[in-house]
Amino acid sequence: MVPVEAYFVLSALLFFIGVFGFITRRNLIAMLISVELVLNAVDINFAAFNRLLFPEGLEGFFMTLFSIGVSAAESAVAIAIIINVYRNFHSDQVNSIENMKF
Amino acid sequence: MDYSQFFNMIPEATLVAILIIVFLADLIMKGEKKVSSLALLMNVLLVVQTAVCLTAEPSSAFGGLYVTGDAVNVMKVILTAGTLIVCIMAQPWLGRADVSNKAGEFYALVASTLLGMYMMMSSGHFLMFFLGLEMASVPMACLVAFDKFRQNSAEGAAKFVLTATFSSGVMLYGISFIYAAAGTLYFDDVAAVIGNTPLAIMGLVFFFSGLGFKISLVPFHFWTADTYQGAPTPVTGYLSVVSKGAAAFALMAILMKVFAPMIEYWEYLLYIVIVLSITIANLFAIRQTELKRFMAFSSISQAGYIMLAVIGGSAMGVAALSYYVLVYVVANMAVFTVINVVETRGNGTTKMNCYDGFYQTNPKLALLMTLALFSLAGIPPFAGMFSKFFVFMAAAQQGSFWAYLVVFVALINTVVSLYYYLLIVKAMYIKNTDTPLPTFSSDCNTKLALTLCTAGIVAFGVFSCVYDWIAGAVL
Repeated sequence: MVPVEAYFVLSALLFFIGVFGFITRRNLIAMLISVELVLNAVDINFAAFNRLLFPEGLEGFFMTLFSIGVSAAESAVAIAIIINVYRNFHSDQVNSIENMKF
Repeated sequence: MDYSQFFNMIPEATLVAILIIVFLADLIMKGEKKVSSLALLMNVLLVVQTAVCLTAEPSSAFGGLYVTGDAVNVMKVILTAGTLIVCIMAQPWLGRADVSNKAGEFYALVASTLLGMYMMMSSGHFLMFFLGLEMASVPMACLVAFDKFRQNSAEGAAKFVLTATFSSGVMLYGISFIYAAAGTLYFDDVAAVIGNTPLAIMGLVFFFSGLGFKISLVPFHFWTADTYQGAPTPVTGYLSVVSKGAAAFALMAILMKVFAPMIEYWEYLLYIVIVLSITIANLFAIRQTELKRFMAFSSISQAGYIMLAVIGGSAMGVAALSYYVLVYVVANMAVFTVINVVETRGNGTTKMNCYDGFYQTNPKLALLMTLALFSLAGIPPFAGMFSKFFVFMAAAQQGSFWAYLVVFVALINTVVSLYYYLLIVKAMYIKNTDTPLPTFSSDCNTKLALTLCTAGIVAFGVFSCVYDWIAGAVL
């Protein structure tokens, strides 16, 4: 059986790839994808912890399901806003949407 | 399933009813008077909702997923009243041609964010908390993007929605560690079994950073200034007051309830974050030339003051935090009402130098703005001084050297904040300009909102019964 540490390492890698992408990417859609990676890391964590550490309950699985649903809603709103940004600025690059700075 | 459990969550049920009523009314109503009649409907419903929250009893439902106590109900009353003021003061903006056809949407979105904040504050389980938080922040992103044809609104919304999703991801990652450490997600059960293991500490840190984004504490504040400047002015007011108050209360409740065994860890976390928030935000606020951006930095430092009440984790801190949010609601909303009416009636700008000579042309508005700024700075006769006093007292009661040091830094920063709040007052009263803003008469909604706010600023400072009511409910 795959030990829980393996899942943990996988999710930590995924999480920090997401964080790194969120910080370094200069495209709004790519940033959104990075955020989705972060949320996927969380889903892996919850599912693995529930299955391997606390198999008697279902709380982790429920958390995973709700997190998937909510992140779908979030990305729907985020994409709508990014489309609106594109209509206003004719670009989805972070560098070109900086009307407001310090 | 036992549907009668919904009777244990009366405030939420009535708020859902309000959401549906406003949504349907928006579909049915037609004609010239639509915006004003919708506004009247929403305001009446929110007054009813405030009364419902006032009479709500402590209860729990759904096997402990939903738990509410007296302190939560007090906070619900405060937030609902704040939302009512937002809806009243939004009128001049909602009357604008490109927004007025979406007035119903605005009210529906406001109601759903408020519902999310209710859920967030009265949750007894991390799942409910997460759902409430998302319900409060996703519609909020739509509100920030409400001025569809303005570049700043779109830019602010993009920054808000990306940081909001990112921070909820970070928060969930923290919750997954807590789950691994405790094996459950019920607040009470977690508090009973959680210890000072490395896993639990990691969970605490991630969770705290995720919520730090929502409350916009330094170092998680980078989205705040842009979003506040870009959002429509009433939404900025809503974001800075109601949303922040709810998140701060929820964070406090969880730190005190769930992480109570780990107090020695999160207290140092709080010390650092508070000192940074208050100091850095004050330094940045001094150099702002844009009033909404200035208020953003002011609200970051106010968030630092709010979190002072959490130090020590005492019941008095809960009362101090609720009272601080209440006073902050009226003072900040007064400022935003003036900004909003100047923006819509004046030349559409929120630059600080256009307030030069404001007193000569609009003496009443200038006076009310001054009162609100004095209250925010904490000058004695007004409520702001007492709210700061209670917050400092709650923090100082913790008694350790570091707590005293943090309170001392906060005190020094109060003086700094006085300087920059007075910069606006100086611009309004002393600076002369050849082209001051024209004299304009404000509409009755603005007058009503300003009356409510000013009455609050003065009355909460002069009469102690409000604090007694909050403290009586909490202690």
